[in-house]
Amino acid sequence: MTKDEVENGRDDMLIDGPEQANAVPDGFNANYLRIYYGKLFPHADIFKWMSYGNDGKHPACDKSYIGRREFSFTLENDIYIRFQSFNSASELENSIKEKCPFKIDIGPVYSVDPAKRHAYAQSGDNVFTPVERELVFDIDITDYDDVRYCCTGADVCLECWPLMTIAIKVIDTALRDDFGFNHILWVYSGRRGVHCWVCDGKARRLTNEQRAAIADYFRVYQGNENSNKKISLPGHVLHPFLARSYTEVLKGFFEAKLLSNQNLLSSEERYEKILEMIPDAVAAELRGRWQEKKRSSMLKNDINVVRWEQLKHALQSGKQKAQGLRRCVEEIVFSFTYPRLDMEVSKHMNHLLKAPFCVHPKTGRVCVPIDPNNCDEFDPTKVPTLSQLLEELNRGGLRQDAEDEWDRTSLGESVTFFRSSFLHPLLKSCKEEIESSYNTKLQQAKNTLSW
Amino acid sequence: MQVVRCHRISSSNDVVVSTLPLYRSAPPLEVRLEDFELFAVDRLRVLKGISDGLSRGKKPEEIAKLAMDLWKANMRYPQATEDVNKDNISHFVLRLVYCRTEELRKWFLSMETALFRYRFHSESSEAQRALMSEFNLPYKAVSNAEFESVKDKLVQVARSMGQTLLPADAIFYKVPFEEVSELVAGRRVFIHKGHAYVAMNQVVSIVVTQFRSHLSKALILTNRKWTSTIREQEKDRLTPIVEALCTSYLGPDYSQPKEFAEISIKDIDQIAKTSFPLCMRHLFEKVREDHHLKHGGRMQLGLFLKGVGLKVDDALAFWKAEFAQKVGAERFDKEYAYNIRHNYGREGKRTDYTPYSCQKVILSTPGVGDHHGCPYRHFSEENLRAALARMGVGSRIVEDVIDKARNRHYQLACTLTFEAVHGSSCDAGINHPNQYFIESQKILQSKNGSMAQ
Repeated sequence: MTKDEVENGRDDMLIDGPEQANAVPDGFNANYLRIYYGKLFPHADIFKWMSYGNDGKHPACDKSYIGRREFSFTLENDIYIRFQSFNSASELENSIKEKCPFKIDIGPVYSVDPAKRHAYAQSGDNVFTPVERELVFDIDITDYDDVRYCCTGADVCLECWPLMTIAIKVIDTALRDDFGFNHILWVYSGRRGVHCWVCDGKARRLTNEQRAAIADYFRVYQGNENSNKKISLPGHVLHPFLARSYTEVLKGFFEAKLLSNQNLLSSEERYEKILEMIPDAVAAELRGRWQEKKRSSMLKNDINVVRWEQLKHALQSGKQKAQGLRRCVEEIVFSFTYPRLDMEVSKHMNHLLKAPFCVHPKTGRVCVPIDPNNCDEFDPTKVPTLSQLLEELNRGGLRQDAEDEWDRTSLGESVTFFRSSFLHPLLKSCKEEIESSYNTKLQQAKNTLSW
Repeated sequence: MQVVRCHRISSSNDVVVSTLPLYRSAPPLEVRLEDFELFAVDRLRVLKGISDGLSRGKKPEEIAKLAMDLWKANMRYPQATEDVNKDNISHFVLRLVYCRTEELRKWFLSMETALFRYRFHSESSEAQRALMSEFNLPYKAVSNAEFESVKDKLVQVARSMGQTLLPADAIFYKVPFEEVSELVAGRRVFIHKGHAYVAMNQVVSIVVTQFRSHLSKALILTNRKWTSTIREQEKDRLTPIVEALCTSYLGPDYSQPKEFAEISIKDIDQIAKTSFPLCMRHLFEKVREDHHLKHGGRMQLGLFLKGVGLKVDDALAFWKAEFAQKVGAERFDKEYAYNIRHNYGREGKRTDYTPYSCQKVILSTPGVGDHHGCPYRHFSEENLRAALARMGVGSRIVEDVIDKARNRHYQLACTLTFEAVHGSSCDAGINHPNQYFIESQKILQSKNGSMAQ
């Protein structure tokens, strides 16, 4: 339309306004996905990431590496195909565009191309085996259902999402400071949780036992609804990792936010759960006090905060000499806030995990990266949805260059962050690793050859 | 190692560096055929004793003492050189016996590693240092300067484990954390930027990890050699001994239900009440109540029911009848049926999975929303009391059972429960849920039989 035509207003025709022409109804289906995979999904970035520098020209690059990585696709109608592998970026891209998977999972790097695994099964030696895999974590908010009252099941809101935020803070800090890992990617799972990918070479080469050990290092929560206390913190003091998590993240969050948001002490049903965790004598005293005093209008402060102070005082005042009482406060805070990881996900190299930038079928939201340094600002309700992105594409109109279409949508921010914060530093470090190990080998060879 | 029939040829192995061998390679000795089996049986007594101790939830110090007592009783010779030979020979024979399946390897690896750990612990510190150097561990002693900078953290870790102070001459080693998985898992070390600060007395863990990883690899190699050459070559001599050694000690695995193969789903509620051990009763009740179970529970109960004699089609009908009420028949078929068939060896790599023994059940770790594992271990006292009362256990015996559970004798607690419920003693002790079921059915059927008369 020329400017004249617009200004003259062609009101002899029924024209939808520009907004409605671009509007894309909410949803998740193959048609939407086709466009998403066609224009927005960052195929090349995923390929580069998975290559870990081996797609370069250096003689030490392992050309077979990427072809030994397993991908699995869940297609429409729940058809599930495993052991997919690709040898080039275009192979990966074309396969995704052609098959249009509703979900893409990433598995380990195997000793041989997964597509050829049957050829090696005969010898019975188990020669087809995982050799590398990122260290991964999966945190799902439904594992916190016994301590959040605002939502249950698949729902998530801004009152309980912060539980994920603090999980990220605790785990991320430990991965970097304690374990010395650097290349860590946090991803929104699309609905109710977060995934973590630790991509350092050292992490990828960890054995199952080492992964289990790391998962156990992070594990505090034990037991289930059949046991009484699920968190037990023995010892006179906490291990430095737990102490740091408590003072830097958990205590502040519990006292400033969670107590009030979730009304943990305001009603009998709620405070009984907490009283169950402390010795009977102290619990009885507090119970007596709280049962009498119905909501007093004098209280200016939040009743939860007031009662929490009373509880702490009763436990820590030193009237009771037992050392164990001091830990009770921490145990309560930990049981409500400390990260709950899915241990099985982290322990096994062959566990498949959803790829970043997939779209969640139930919510339509994209699995975007989360910046651990700014995770307080992350809002799951504002993550771009599939339909929203398509709408944004429509608004932009036709473009000649098909490159980087994501950049003019809300996805742009995420892809940029993925590249600058994670992918580029990772690839730089991979390149250095490949080169230096090559040089070391050369040197060794020289040394053995010299007379 | 050469096995001979005739008179013993005294070994030429006169170099004894340390009393604790690392089993790096089979010793160049000749062994009499009788000793081949006898030595292995003696060692197996020690390993089995450790295994029993672990499943009965004994404390580590108790098991360590038990292991050393068993070792002295079974593996000692008057001459030290003979000791070392028997030690080596028995280990390598058992490698043949236990290399042959994944489950056997896992068991042998766990027991040998535990044994090694107890024996290492009881060595002098010079002997320990000598052994450490044999492992070529990439550790460095921490310099004084660095020690000062991390000292308060090291003290904090020590205190978190119940130790009051660091000993004055504390030596610490800096090791990549991957080398000390056990310590990391238990948060018993301070780690920083990928390095663990390990106390001298924890060094055992480092050494044991190395031992374990070496043995694990060796067992795979042994298995290859066994299947490719040895088994065939020795089919008239060593192979029958090797194969017999294994089955005589692990006990039945209950994967092939025998006499009671005719369990149908209509009988199931009744037999659950009368003959299921508490762990399976609880899972069964939860399925009926919630119409759902998480994965751990499905595995534990599902395999148990298989062992009890529930056929795959009946199993599918049972799970479907329950799950369909929660997730719908279609979802059941899509998401759960495959795994049930998998358990019966009808899918995938067609392994026929065996029902879990008490040892395995006790060692599992139920999390949020889970109901598997051993209730004597995980239930709070209150819940355990209530559950036992529902089973009809009298209050005096309930106290006994609670006491056993409190002291971590989970299998003894279950045995007491069995005896109370059935009114007869169970001398063998319960060590497998399917054993509980079979023994229970035996008693009930004999009662019915005698009543019918």
